[in-house]
Amino acid sequence: MLPVIWFCIVAVMIAIYVVLDGFDLGAGIVHLGVARTENERRAVLKSIGPVWDGNEVWLLAAGGTLYFAFPALYASSFSGFYLPLMMVLWLLILRGASVEFRSHFDNRVWKPLWDVVFCFASALLAIFFGAALGNVVRGVPLDSSGDFFLPLWTNWQPGPNPGILDWYTVTVGLFAFLTLAQHGALWVAYKTKDEVRARARNVARFAWFGVGLMTMLVTVLSFRIQPALAASFHSMPAGYVFPALALAGLVGVFLFWRRQHDLRAFLASSLFIIGMLTSLVFGVFPNVLPSIGDPALSLTVQNAAAPEYGLRVGLLWFIPGIILAVGYNTFLYRKFAGKINLDDGGH
Amino acid sequence: MDSALALHRFHFAFTITFHYLFVQLTLGLGLLIFILKSMALKTGNEHYNDAARFWAKIFAVNFALGVVTGIPMEFQFGTNWSRFSKAAGGVIGHTLAMEGLYSFFLESSFLGLLIFGEKILSKWGHWFAALAVWVGSWLSGYLIIATDAWMQHPLGYALGPNGEILLTDWFSLLVNEWAFWQFWHTMMGGVLTGCFIMAGIGAFYLLLHRHEEYGRTFVRLGVTVGLAAALLAAFPTGDQQGMLVARHQPVALAAMEGHFETAASPDMAIMGQPDVNKRRLDNPFVLPGALGFIVHKRWGAEVRGLDGFPQDQWPDNIALLYYSFHVMVGLGTIFIGIMGLAGLFLWLKRLYTFRPLLWALLLASPLPYVANTAGWMTAELGRQPWLIYGLMRTTEGASPHVSSGNTLFTLLGFMGLYTVLAMLGLLMIWREIDHGPAPQEKATGY
Repeated sequence: MLPVIWFCIVAVMIAIYVVLDGFDLGAGIVHLGVARTENERRAVLKSIGPVWDGNEVWLLAAGGTLYFAFPALYASSFSGFYLPLMMVLWLLILRGASVEFRSHFDNRVWKPLWDVVFCFASALLAIFFGAALGNVVRGVPLDSSGDFFLPLWTNWQPGPNPGILDWYTVTVGLFAFLTLAQHGALWVAYKTKDEVRARARNVARFAWFGVGLMTMLVTVLSFRIQPALAASFHSMPAGYVFPALALAGLVGVFLFWRRQHDLRAFLASSLFIIGMLTSLVFGVFPNVLPSIGDPALSLTVQNAAAPEYGLRVGLLWFIPGIILAVGYNTFLYRKFAGKINLDDGGH
Repeated sequence: MDSALALHRFHFAFTITFHYLFVQLTLGLGLLIFILKSMALKTGNEHYNDAARFWAKIFAVNFALGVVTGIPMEFQFGTNWSRFSKAAGGVIGHTLAMEGLYSFFLESSFLGLLIFGEKILSKWGHWFAALAVWVGSWLSGYLIIATDAWMQHPLGYALGPNGEILLTDWFSLLVNEWAFWQFWHTMMGGVLTGCFIMAGIGAFYLLLHRHEEYGRTFVRLGVTVGLAAALLAAFPTGDQQGMLVARHQPVALAAMEGHFETAASPDMAIMGQPDVNKRRLDNPFVLPGALGFIVHKRWGAEVRGLDGFPQDQWPDNIALLYYSFHVMVGLGTIFIGIMGLAGLFLWLKRLYTFRPLLWALLLASPLPYVANTAGWMTAELGRQPWLIYGLMRTTEGASPHVSSGNTLFTLLGFMGLYTVLAMLGLLMIWREIDHGPAPQEKATGY
């Protein structure tokens, strides 16, 4: 029971990370197009400036929680996905640097350089995160000690000798890219005024159609690549609530977008992301990293979990800690709520 | 040594050393900015708010670099040290996850408010943001040091039937005696970095006759807090840390001191070059008979040398460990000297115009970076050949399937990226220094 509780906790933390850091990555993806003048770019950056590093903390906190609750999964997956994880780290460094460095010199070489770095790093991060999820669905060639090592690519086929990138995982990566582009555009629309808002809404509309098509495509492909998904939903039909959430979110984005409810459209997009992630997690459960080949080698919630004492005592510090964290986050977002006003101070 | 293992070790050493350059300034400036905000509240003098705003800008660049270089640290436990992570994640994962939950959220939320929120918060609210950023950074320091302390001096665990490490007492992880002294010693090191940077920049302004009012504030605050920190870094924190090493890692102590042969009342080496093959110290410059007193607080006490331990227990890089320790202690002594002299001149009201001492403060400002780095090298090289002292050897901890070619690739990547980051970071901080603090500055933001 305790491993399942921790599994749900880690899944929720990852979902929160994707929803929160997702909108600032998405803002990075779309900002070159939706913000053209210096003041427009500043408005977009200001919409994420006070919160982006706090959003990234959710990744660290989820990573730390994964580390202590499922050390075998942490060790196996982080060493097995060695190269792409290191590249994700480099991209996170470049993304952070581009947001913080840009304002320090006011000239026409420095600022556009960091604008492009911001866009490039955000876009690649979205694709890498999507591809990572694709790998979790497809499975990896685990050996009997629960280890594996995957090169970046082999023959681009999700067969018996896969790479991290193959046509399936890249498709999931593109799906993630479109999803976060839509998510970021809706955030920018919610936080800005006039022309930037109008352009962001426009981007969100195009992204929405792409997201809708890719949702269908990725769903069909995933069920073909990983038969365990269908088995999970068959054996426990209550799990259909997760894809239903995603669908509700997707429809909600469209309806609220049409009624010009920017915040609600953004929240609907968040619901879509949560619905998709929880559907994936539910479909793979009780595996946490499926094995390609012998299914008995899969890492599961039970065999990857830390011993019971640690999981039990962990709840004692985790519950007050997460309440505090949610409290700080709520306070911060409330303080910086509303449309961006460029004269409100900063550094 | 197997080349993949050597690369995994250097990968971690390089990235953690670079990361800690930013961390130590955060630890020190966090406290100093909080003091400036408190002085602004107490005196009602806007001068201190302007000073705090200036330092908050430098803090923000430094903090951002600390955050982005910090994420690779948590990840590397899994990527490069998967055997260690699988064995020990159920223990040290607790302190690492607590760091994320209890300190990073606090720090990052309130840093946003400290930098962007001066106009939307009350005076007290903004003061509280400074307090929260400082407390968050020191809490983070404590949890990381508790993690390291468990690797240095493991407790609260039992071994399972297959030799696996099982956590049995979570609370003892948090109240490890080793963590207590190492925490205060390390925090004093961070405060010294902050104080030397603040006093150095203040001295720079006074020497140039620019921003002199701010220069005096920076020098006064840097020297006052710095003198206290320099003394506390040596005694009791450094001394107690040394006693713990003597008690729990006596072989590391012998290597740190370059002490090869067990003897009663041995000499303490101040300088000299260890020749490990011949087991002697070349060109020794010693304090006769002092080592027994320093280690056991008793003149004439016997101190075990390296010859008193089997060679497979010796740290695997004795010369570097010896130099790291001596550089740290030597610089620490110099810090007490500089800060003591500056404190005396401050008390005599002569410091702001006494140029030789202002020059000394300016030139000494990078030295705490060297001392802090050497201090961490002392701790971690002294832990060798163990990854978890007495439980798991470093040779057993690395990821078995990550080849040396892949490790070298990412090591070179980090080296390139960090070189660029360091240059840009220095450039931006230099620009803030050159621009200087200014009253009621117009906020520019992003």
